[in-house]
Amino acid sequence: MDSFIIGQQLVNGITLGAIYGLIAVGYTMVYGIIGMINFAHGDIYMVSAYLGAIFLAVITFFGIDSVVLALIITLLFTIVFTALYGWSVERIAYRPLRGSTRLAPLISAIGMSLILQNYVQLSQGARNQGFPALVEGSVRVGDGAQFFQVTYLQMIIVVTAFVSMGILTYVIHKTSLGRACRATQQDPMMAEVLGINTDRIISIVFVLGAIMAAVAGILVSLNYGSFDFYIGFITGIKAFTAAVLGGIGSLPGAILGGLILGMSESLFSGFVNTDYKDVFAFGLLIVVLIFKPSGLLGKPEIEKV
Amino acid sequence: MTTPLPLLSVSSLMMQFGGILALNDVSFGVAPNSITALIGPNGAGKTTVFNCITGFYRATNGVITLYGREKDTNIGQIIGEKLSVVDFIQPKILLRKLYYKMFGGSHLAARSGVARTFQNIRLFKDMTSLENLLVAQHTQVNRNLLSGLFKTPSFNRAEQLALENAYHWLSVCGLADDANRLAGELPYGHQRRLEIARAMCTKPTLICLDEPAAGLNPNETEALSVLIHTLKNDYHVTVLLIEHDMGLVMSISDHVVVLDHGEVIAMGSPDSVKNDPAVISAYLGIEEEAANS
Repeated sequence: MDSFIIGQQLVNGITLGAIYGLIAVGYTMVYGIIGMINFAHGDIYMVSAYLGAIFLAVITFFGIDSVVLALIITLLFTIVFTALYGWSVERIAYRPLRGSTRLAPLISAIGMSLILQNYVQLSQGARNQGFPALVEGSVRVGDGAQFFQVTYLQMIIVVTAFVSMGILTYVIHKTSLGRACRATQQDPMMAEVLGINTDRIISIVFVLGAIMAAVAGILVSLNYGSFDFYIGFITGIKAFTAAVLGGIGSLPGAILGGLILGMSESLFSGFVNTDYKDVFAFGLLIVVLIFKPSGLLGKPEIEKV
Repeated sequence: MTTPLPLLSVSSLMMQFGGILALNDVSFGVAPNSITALIGPNGAGKTTVFNCITGFYRATNGVITLYGREKDTNIGQIIGEKLSVVDFIQPKILLRKLYYKMFGGSHLAARSGVARTFQNIRLFKDMTSLENLLVAQHTQVNRNLLSGLFKTPSFNRAEQLALENAYHWLSVCGLADDANRLAGELPYGHQRRLEIARAMCTKPTLICLDEPAAGLNPNETEALSVLIHTLKNDYHVTVLLIEHDMGLVMSISDHVVVLDHGEVIAMGSPDSVKNDPAVISAYLGIEEEAANS
């Protein structure tokens, strides 16, 4: 019997982990390029859930019945508008503070996070919002009382998440834009000397992070069916934890960290206790950081002389 | 009689850091397709001049003009000038200043044709030599996200050209075997040459070399001087260099500018500068003491 529970919890954990990974990518890229923690990133993800619900409503209003088509159009629109949010946050709250102390953009990020939360609360109300269950059905493995099931939705989530991360990795490593991003990450001043507009590259990194958050927002809304203006906070903290666990600044690290965090959370809640799953997740982070302070795949910071 | 238009003109450049006057009324010109050396004792302000030319520092006063490929560029202007009260009655100037405040920056200096290398090597250590050179061609390749993602023909063509150019410069600088090695793992002398190759990949009209021979052995220095000559003669690039190796400076430069305590104390041909009493006293400090006593 145990093996079925393990299987079920692993499936749940991978789903959760894929979503953490998608959001963690945004934290890790921004940290990599300008060395700041974008605390408003969790709220960008929250905004994307609202945008998704709004666009889905609009699309249904126009009478598009096909679920696949509706989802794809919603996803595209949400991506575009969330990217706009990501870009604006960087432009308004972070760029004017670049070159000042390290703490200034951090404080302005926390401020931006509060602004986004309250803005959504004011404009959309504080109550839970619903998202229709569009995808139903599942595949069962096993028979009788002993089975575990993988819903079609979970499959969609995992596939979409990994395809998005794959595309992002490809963009960073294989395109000219990604090359400029990596150059800016290593030495912004030198990149500027070579004619790269580093301000624009930094904007693009924020936009890429927001796009990943938008994908995550839609997937989570589909999975859980309800959200409120506060979901960005705890998910954001978890995704940030995932990024640190995997080594902040490292793209594969964020994905790995997300998966480890998601799986350990769901295995712990399946076998030990649901109430303490957050304690376990953060405990795991502490243990990893004790033995590997730069995270699983992070490079130790070498002081430049 | 008219003197030919210089490629770069620096006039009355002044740079103040708090109470320290790093540059005071520095003026010189760099003739097109020449090798100009900027020399002077430590702390004379040579690198500060470079930082002003490449748009890193906003000069306190003075004008730097690059008579570039298509148009003339005022370096001070493109990195964003400070607004003053007078601007508000001159909408044209105000708009220009606001535009450069929004979109300007030192990357525009590079795009107008100035390339530079650094005293302490600043390669992208975690990228291969080839990638270092490709990054330098960022402004010339197709950098659209979608065309990169879908590998459109125009993207591939631009990428192919960039690759060919990169291989070309690798072979000119004698680094053809190091194309796929990480830049951080290369031997010191190769890193220096890779920096020059990378600067050349931005297709500059003016290349500023900050102590290119620092830490090189005599053979490598000899190879470097050949390379600098190649840049000038075969690629028609104007070279401005800071160098402490006087043997190298005297043998390759057409024109020498001597700085001391932020002021130009002499300029002219290598021979005339070598025998200039002000230069000798700046380097050895004898004459000055004698004059004071």
